[in-house]
Amino acid sequence: MKKVYINSIASISPQKTYDNSMFLDKITDYNDTVIFAVDPDYKQYIPPAAARRMAKGIKMGVVASKIAMDEAGIETVDAIITGTGMGCMIDSEKFVSAIIDNNEQYLTPTSFIQSTHNTVAGQIALGMECKAYNFTYVHSAISFESALLDAKMQLENDEAEHILVGGVEELGDHTTKVHRVVNHIKPEPVTISTVLNSKTEGAVFSEGANFFVVSNEKQESCYAELVAVETFNTLPKEKVSETIESFLIENNVKVEDIDVVVFGNNGDVDFDTYYNQLSESNFSNIQQIFYKHLVGENNTVSAFGVWLGSKILKTQTIPKIIKINEIKIPEIKTVLCYNQYRGQNHSLVLLKKC
Amino acid sequence: MSELKEELKAKIIEQLNLEDVSVAEIADDDALFGDGLGLDSIDALELIVMLDKDYGIRLSDPKEGRKIFESVQVMADYIEEHRTK
Repeated sequence: MKKVYINSIASISPQKTYDNSMFLDKITDYNDTVIFAVDPDYKQYIPPAAARRMAKGIKMGVVASKIAMDEAGIETVDAIITGTGMGCMIDSEKFVSAIIDNNEQYLTPTSFIQSTHNTVAGQIALGMECKAYNFTYVHSAISFESALLDAKMQLENDEAEHILVGGVEELGDHTTKVHRVVNHIKPEPVTISTVLNSKTEGAVFSEGANFFVVSNEKQESCYAELVAVETFNTLPKEKVSETIESFLIENNVKVEDIDVVVFGNNGDVDFDTYYNQLSESNFSNIQQIFYKHLVGENNTVSAFGVWLGSKILKTQTIPKIIKINEIKIPEIKTVLCYNQYRGQNHSLVLLKKC
Repeated sequence: MSELKEELKAKIIEQLNLEDVSVAEIADDDALFGDGLGLDSIDALELIVMLDKDYGIRLSDPKEGRKIFESVQVMADYIEEHRTK
């Protein structure tokens, strides 16, 4: 089996992360319960005629994919695989509202065309005239990891050489209201420094797009080796530690070999305990980092965790703002990313220095 | 009539999401398709729905649209003559 490498990365998030020459150098604080992506200049990447039919999620996905492709220095790929938990919410809401408001009459095509979950992967393929494998995984908080696993298996088996893989979410007004009603969104505004200790239920909701070119050949631009990806739909809290240990053993890694562990804490008092139990036991002597205080929570935000892990391995630096504890590491060789959402859909991604 | 033309221009910009175009930039006799505003077949469908919804004009033959959507002036003339609301 061939090895798999992350040869390029791209992130559009509520922080200015779309510029790959920077690494969380300037942090944007907020005092809110819902946060939006910091937009790059979309016009620089998408012709106006095409952009007018793209909602924000599509624009974010298309631009993030272009940044990743540019960094990898390739024109096309053997597959485009995306993950999205909620899909193109803005146009889905527009289309469904139009059905209700107009008594099932006067339905226009544009919002319908743009409302499907696979619109982003489709638009990316159209932009690069790529007729290869095009697939979108819709699987809640493990949508991105499902896409990543598919890409990894194709590359390992040499069925493809370069694959563009990514996760994208956009915020829709109505969906946000619904999540607020069911207390999945925090009741009070929080800031970057208060979110983790807010002691309230719910998370800060957000949007963004994170894309990667993964290949079975290491390029000069390589960020990390993608060693393993595993997902679990259900996993009791008391089994998490044991499951992670088994995952590491399967990949010939011991807990003490991990240099950095990337946790998905979002400040939800009911579910951060999944991470806290690891933080205080198995990983207490390992450098722990988190990121959802900076970029919020959404179904594919765990792709930002992979972005972070990749960036740390390549630059060998860890910005202070993401550190949970302080451990001296002479060389960062191995990174483990662990994420779950509301106690379900757990994912483990193991990265190594390339 | 001039009020209707201004209204049509604003609706075209909003419904077809022509972000970089302003009402003042669309002349009454500018071609909407082809070399003019560069609208396409999906836009034509949007305009057909707009005629029905906002002016009560239902086009039985979609080919009619080619003539009616030639320019804002032609659209306004047609709406004045056929509108039911």
